[in-house]
Amino acid sequence: MEQKDLFRELGQIRALMEKSSKFVSISGLSGVLIGCYALIGTGVGSYIISSTTTSMDQVVGNMSVLFLFIVLAISILVLSLLTGWLMARKKAKKNNQPIWNITSKSLLFAVSIPLVTGGVLALMLTAQGHYHMIAAMLLIFYGLALTAGSIYTFTEVKWLGIFEICLGLVAVYSPNQGLLLWGLGFGVLHVVYGFIVYKKYES
Amino acid sequence: MKLDLSLYDKIFENRVRLQIMSVLAANKEYDFNSLKELLDVTDGNLASNLKTLEKEEYIIVEKSFVDRKPNTKYKRTSKGLKAFENHLIALENLIKHQYK
Repeated sequence: MEQKDLFRELGQIRALMEKSSKFVSISGLSGVLIGCYALIGTGVGSYIISSTTTSMDQVVGNMSVLFLFIVLAISILVLSLLTGWLMARKKAKKNNQPIWNITSKSLLFAVSIPLVTGGVLALMLTAQGHYHMIAAMLLIFYGLALTAGSIYTFTEVKWLGIFEICLGLVAVYSPNQGLLLWGLGFGVLHVVYGFIVYKKYES
Repeated sequence: MKLDLSLYDKIFENRVRLQIMSVLAANKEYDFNSLKELLDVTDGNLASNLKTLEKEEYIIVEKSFVDRKPNTKYKRTSKGLKAFENHLIALENLIKHQYK
């Protein structure tokens, strides 16, 4: 065998090991879009605060404003999940990779454990009235979910996760900045991450 | 220096077999249909090469049913993983040898 054939052979083995164990159909552009939704949501949220009350403490005391916040958060979540799923499906079709395969199942499982834990924790905190910790906890557990899932997809996801965790810890320290840190974490970071993935793998 | 080819594994001279082993080295288990899609080979080709690897005890087969459809999963054995790693070392040595 020629030397360049050997190099190619080793390269192909490596590529196959990676392709078989990583789900690469997550769309970078969907990351940018999801980040934009979050930024719009943060904008609307801060508008609600500034037009009705003066601080986050008063928001949680006002049931109708609190309700508005929850509706806003849930609609952004649903819209983001829908966008992510539809665009991954489209990219998978283009890559000739099934969207529902062993790797995407493992990815989903790895992500769901920290995510469900964080969600339940947030509900418990809400029930006990510790509203100021919710933003921090969701950021931290979302970051943990990303780092856990990152072994099944792009390495960039790991860094996104680590940055989310850092922002979450900052939010624990200064809970009054919760909304701003949310905008940074779910908005700006997603846009930056999505842009990097798009540039690196898709364009 | 004389080239040591003792680590080179004839079983892996077949491309499909080397590819199957690469996938099973990187993943805990893999099923027949996913392997077929990934490697883009025919049923017969894949099945016969899996059989060879099974005979060598490089992989083990687990048959089960999911929604009444047969679902066959494959796993590497420690013997298979060792052989695969040795084969890669042999390929690397070959490259190094040709550099000299």
